[in-house]
Amino acid sequence: MSERITAKTITDNEFFYGHKACAGCGGSLAVRMALKVLGERALTVIPAGCMSAVGFNFPHLCFSNNAIISTFAGTASMMTGIEAGARALGYKNYKVVGIAGDGGTADIGIQALSGAIDRNDDVIYICYDNEAYMNTGIQKSGLTPYGARTTTTPAGQNIRGNIRPKKNMFEIAAAHDIPYAATASIGYINDFIDKVQKAAEIKGTSYIHVVAPCPTGWGIQTNDTVEIAKEIVDCGLWYLAEYENGEFKLNKNPKEFSPVEAYLKKQGRFKHLNEEDISEITSQRDKKWQKIRRDWTAE
Amino acid sequence: MSKAFLSGNEAFAEGVRLAKPHVISAYPITPQTIVVERLSEMVEDKSLKSEFIHVESEHSALSCAMGASAIGARAFTATSSQGLLYMAECLQYASGGRFPIVMMNANRSTALPWNIYGDQRDSISQLDCGWIQVYVEDAQESLDMALQSFFIAENEKVSIPVMVNLDGFVLTHTYEAVEIPSQEQADEFLPPFKTENRMDFDNPKNMAFSAGPDSNMEFKLQQHKAMLDSKAVIELADKRFSEIFGRSYGGLIDTYKTDDAEYILITFGSITGLVREVVDELRAEGRKVGLVKLRYLRPFPDTEIAEAVKNAKAVGTLEKDISFGYEGTVYTNVNSALIKNGIAIPSYNFIAGLGGRDISKEDIFHMFEQIEKGGEYVNFVGLGVNADE
Repeated sequence: MSERITAKTITDNEFFYGHKACAGCGGSLAVRMALKVLGERALTVIPAGCMSAVGFNFPHLCFSNNAIISTFAGTASMMTGIEAGARALGYKNYKVVGIAGDGGTADIGIQALSGAIDRNDDVIYICYDNEAYMNTGIQKSGLTPYGARTTTTPAGQNIRGNIRPKKNMFEIAAAHDIPYAATASIGYINDFIDKVQKAAEIKGTSYIHVVAPCPTGWGIQTNDTVEIAKEIVDCGLWYLAEYENGEFKLNKNPKEFSPVEAYLKKQGRFKHLNEEDISEITSQRDKKWQKIRRDWTAE
Repeated sequence: MSKAFLSGNEAFAEGVRLAKPHVISAYPITPQTIVVERLSEMVEDKSLKSEFIHVESEHSALSCAMGASAIGARAFTATSSQGLLYMAECLQYASGGRFPIVMMNANRSTALPWNIYGDQRDSISQLDCGWIQVYVEDAQESLDMALQSFFIAENEKVSIPVMVNLDGFVLTHTYEAVEIPSQEQADEFLPPFKTENRMDFDNPKNMAFSAGPDSNMEFKLQQHKAMLDSKAVIELADKRFSEIFGRSYGGLIDTYKTDDAEYILITFGSITGLVREVVDELRAEGRKVGLVKLRYLRPFPDTEIAEAVKNAKAVGTLEKDISFGYEGTVYTNVNSALIKNGIAIPSYNFIAGLGGRDISKEDIFHMFEQIEKGGEYVNFVGLGVNADE
């Protein structure tokens, strides 16, 4: 691996700049950091969604590397075409990267993503997960967590928000026997940077799933984005892990979790949850971690 | 040049081979599948150097082709019917993005009811998606239009994707003797793909952007103008092609015995051959009949049709299409062309061949009879039951 990029060595160049994302946007931070790692030879695909809505309005265009909006369902398939075309034309030293949200990845884009991983196309797919369709105004996606209130999973007398847990995209990607998959959080930005750097050096498909809070959708203060992105890892509702050479590896194995309730109660989308709901979420967490600790190696 | 006995699909695949696309995205659907099968064999035996991508759907087939085009690569894909409809979002995306992709479509009925046989409702339902639409008559024209389509699509004044339509089974699966041009001839005809509309490491681009109410209409007008400008490029392609290969198809339309014709049938695709035969037989009886073969439905050859039928007493339009609740869409287009050019003659619509129903010689004789004697404007031809049953 080439020399590790750190806070000291990361480039001052900006590749996603002057956009109109909301204050405190976690997704735009993920895009910004990923492109700083991948540099000017990155060929970026962004589907219809928040990042294209805030950065791609003619004549106000915010990517300083080559970038294109794909159809909502077509992030991965457009990446495939760019990569194949670039190879056929004899270009060298480029990296095709797709950066899509949770709905664009786990719902409408999952078929194309599965196809790209199946072909082992030499691309990096980054899912920035803010746990709902935020661009259209906070609707439930396949990655909305259990209990969360969205504009299509209202918390009322009869239904208490989203009744289903998140789809497990990391392990779905891994199940394709992908060369490299990882989870990350913008709360642990160095870990995310490392993983993007590692993905760039992998031959074949890489998948990185990075949690990126959305203050508007989550009901948090704009200056709490990074803190809450740390806390989701610290309380065990998210984890930092990798899948490589057919093995799962846990990068961070907390001795003790911070309280789930504290994490949930900071967010407007979970305000309605009662003790029973919180204990259900805690028990889902514990079950998952039991499996992780049993089956995965820890760093 | 060599000669071979090929189906429409195989002839088209030969044309694609000669065009040397950098990227082929492939997904099977009857009756198109043989095209991508043959292309995969050509890549395997190294007679074609292309990146052959096994996509997982038609939506991805066209999305992948757009990605390839966006980096400046020549891209080809093929589809039919349900697949064409499944990629409908990408059709408009590709034309709006001005990606000069070439796609073959095997014309096939659309579900429901399920039916794998030929009619033209799939592509005609997509007339407004911003693609140039060509309809070919036989296997030789299939091969030739594979080559010509890249020439037209990639012309810098055009930069519009081209859909080449072959009637399912009737053309895709029937065999004819076909002349296969040499690679040298093909290279002489088709220059390498060059475009400014691509990603560039020296001058990075943000492509496929949003354009709000303040600029959106201008982009759409440009697209419309480019489509109109493509008419001249279509004529140029035909001329250049005939200079090199000795075959001319007439550009936007082809006419047969229309000069002194009083009654003219307008049609397109593989049925044209049979209509030509009927015209000959009626001419032998001394009847003044003729044929207009529409080669393109977009851009629509309005002035060309008007010129061809301006001395006729009546016309008919035969199509394998119905726009439910109105009439055949090509008929609507033909009538608009007549009216705009001040031609006020009776015009009849013959809707035939839906879901692969055979169109007989007898049916075509009847059409000419009706054009001459008059009748209902819109007619379903060859029904097995009375329409009221």
